[in-house]
Amino acid sequence: MNGLRFSRKQLGIPYALFLICFVVAPLFVIIYYAFTNGEGRFTFDNLTGFFTSPNTIGTLAYSFLLAIVTTLVCLLLAYPIAYILARSEMKRKSVIVMMFVLPMWINFTLRITALKEVLTVIEGNLAFHPFLNSVIGMTYDFLPFMILPIYTTILKLDGSLMEAAVDLGANSFQTFVKVTLPLTVPGIVSGIVMVFLPSMTNYVVLDMLYNSTYIMGSLIGSYFSAYNWNGGSMIALVLLVIILVFTLVTNKYTDDDGGSRGGALL
Amino acid sequence: MKHRCFGRSISRKLAAAVMAVSLLAGQMLPVMASEDTGDTVSAKSDGASDTAKEVTLRVCSWEEYIDEGGWDEDEAMELDNGTTIFGENSMVEDFENWYYENYGVKVNVQYSCFGTNEDLYNMLTLGDVYDLVCPSEYMIMKLMSENKLEPLSDGFFDESNDKNYYINDVSPYIRDTFETHEINGEAWSKYAAGFMFGITGILYNPEKMTADEAGTWTVLNNPKFAKQITIKDNVRDSYFAAVGALQRNKLMDPEFRAQDDYSDQLKDIMNDVSPETIAKSQDLLQDIKDNVYSFETDSGKADMITGKVVANYQWSGDAVYAMDQAEEDGVKLDFAVPEECTNLYFDGWVMLKNGIDGDADRKQAAEAFINFVSRPDNAVRNMYYIGYTSVIAGGYDDTVYSYLDYTYGADDDEEDVVDYPLGYFFTGDNTDPDYVLRAPAEQVDRQLGAQYPSQDAIERSAVMEYFDEDATKDINQMWINIRCYNIKDVPTWAWFIVAAVIGALAGVIVYHKRSKKLYLKK
Repeated sequence: MNGLRFSRKQLGIPYALFLICFVVAPLFVIIYYAFTNGEGRFTFDNLTGFFTSPNTIGTLAYSFLLAIVTTLVCLLLAYPIAYILARSEMKRKSVIVMMFVLPMWINFTLRITALKEVLTVIEGNLAFHPFLNSVIGMTYDFLPFMILPIYTTILKLDGSLMEAAVDLGANSFQTFVKVTLPLTVPGIVSGIVMVFLPSMTNYVVLDMLYNSTYIMGSLIGSYFSAYNWNGGSMIALVLLVIILVFTLVTNKYTDDDGGSRGGALL
Repeated sequence: MKHRCFGRSISRKLAAAVMAVSLLAGQMLPVMASEDTGDTVSAKSDGASDTAKEVTLRVCSWEEYIDEGGWDEDEAMELDNGTTIFGENSMVEDFENWYYENYGVKVNVQYSCFGTNEDLYNMLTLGDVYDLVCPSEYMIMKLMSENKLEPLSDGFFDESNDKNYYINDVSPYIRDTFETHEINGEAWSKYAAGFMFGITGILYNPEKMTADEAGTWTVLNNPKFAKQITIKDNVRDSYFAAVGALQRNKLMDPEFRAQDDYSDQLKDIMNDVSPETIAKSQDLLQDIKDNVYSFETDSGKADMITGKVVANYQWSGDAVYAMDQAEEDGVKLDFAVPEECTNLYFDGWVMLKNGIDGDADRKQAAEAFINFVSRPDNAVRNMYYIGYTSVIAGGYDDTVYSYLDYTYGADDDEEDVVDYPLGYFFTGDNTDPDYVLRAPAEQVDRQLGAQYPSQDAIERSAVMEYFDEDATKDINQMWINIRCYNIKDVPTWAWFIVAAVIGALAGVIVYHKRSKKLYLKK
């Protein structure tokens, strides 16, 4: 019976193995390919190739633009919803919140296929607005990721702070701008992180909504189809670095646990 | 090369994402992998005789590219020649039984699938081991040029062996094609046995587009159908269409067509990968990209049926399937073979050197598998199941032709019928009166014309070969140039806006910090 006791270290072994096999090792494989050429020799060509090609830089810019617009639209839609939901006196708030989360339980290709039909009814021919359609598709896909963190942050706000602001003579607009908004920044930031990063690479939405311009994800795929694993790995690596920097910068604002709570609700 | 499967685009796209993990598996676990797949022929210890051994055959083919059985009873086809076609069990199972009955050896087929030729190649590079695969002609040529294929044995070509269904039943036209197409001085036929073939063309809605409008590669660039046509999301197919449209004047010239070596010249023109042609194709494809509805991987057929688009650049096999589906929905679609030229493509069985690994038993099983799927009744089963055209004509067995008659032949009381000669495919002589199908006239532009192209269409067809590494690189670069947003295309005003936004953001941050400092000072 005593044989079944494990020390903490022993319990950690499966996790360490998992991390080594599926996180660390693949990362090194990517780095290896990114800095070698077809013959396996060390080279910086892939790196310089990335930054000198107008196509990769253009694709990066296009992905950024798509992600920024999607994030802004999500934010503008999500904040009022989250605010109203969190501040209202409704009895079954959580049910309404669930309504926003509900679509995420349906496979997303199915949802985008449905969206495609709806948009076709509205626009007639989807091919004329590929960028707009992509933004709509992404927004549809990622909106709940923006609503939830903001909702939980607002829910946690100490009401007395707002009352104090009103007591000290602030009107409702000033209260919102000077008190509520700064206090909900952590929720906004974690929402932005959750929406911005996937919308830079989620090319399946573009494919399904007939946008024929590549974003970063599809560009990587095309390199691998052309047997250029080295170039594809370099793009993946550059993307990884961008995401890393982005996360480090935003981490400053998410010391609060607003984001993680939002995640837990999902 | 061409098949219908909704999982394909996703699987192709996922391939990149999964690549890292696969790479890991390929790099870190070679020992385990070889244990899994290397130990495939194991003699049973209890049986003393040779017949007790079991052969494992690792086959990799396109998804949904072989009859999987389980047909409904009303799907059974009683052909005029007395053969009944019915897929009860999967073809792989049937093969295992057939092999045991005929060769006295148990064979265990491990059947797996790939999504694109490039996926298959990447899988092989990563260390997956297969004995028998079924890629398209250009990938066969690539594998041949890399010396990765095991040649077919002499016994495979022995016509006196009645179990050699492939060599006895393959269409003389296809056999000739496989013998005359070469790479590095070696004919395809040395390594490859055909499975399915087809051509490319335009699937269109005859209510929205005339046959003349659809029957040319320039339709892709026709402003009359702006944003109403989908084109394959595939560099090779797009390049072929672009070259066909660019060289239209030459290809349509009657004098050019009357030349003795017309076919060879046509092939050279369509396989031209000179930098000038690539540059011109890029310009044209840029225009086409702006003119078409989209590049599609899987949605083309469904969009035709729902009416989102009026035409779709399509492979003949998929076109047959789409026309069948559309008919069920009460929509009639036609298939046009462009008048300039069309791309003739093949999928064929090849054995891999590192899979067969000198094992005579396994090689025998692999070749028997090719022969089994080439047996005319099995060829019909596959054709019925996947919609593509088998390379098997039937030799002395008229099962395939009976199937054709059963599927496309005109009823006795039908009035608008035409004679559709297919002798070129079945006997090599298109005037052969035994192989002239009486078919409804409309079928010539529909399933029949797509599944069994007329000799006219075949005469203006060209095989798209495997391009060498440099040319492949250039064409892939052209594709990336077309598909990517070029940073140089950003208009000046957009740069001003970007600069203004960044400036404003910086201003806000600086102002914010300052006011904080002032506040703290106070």
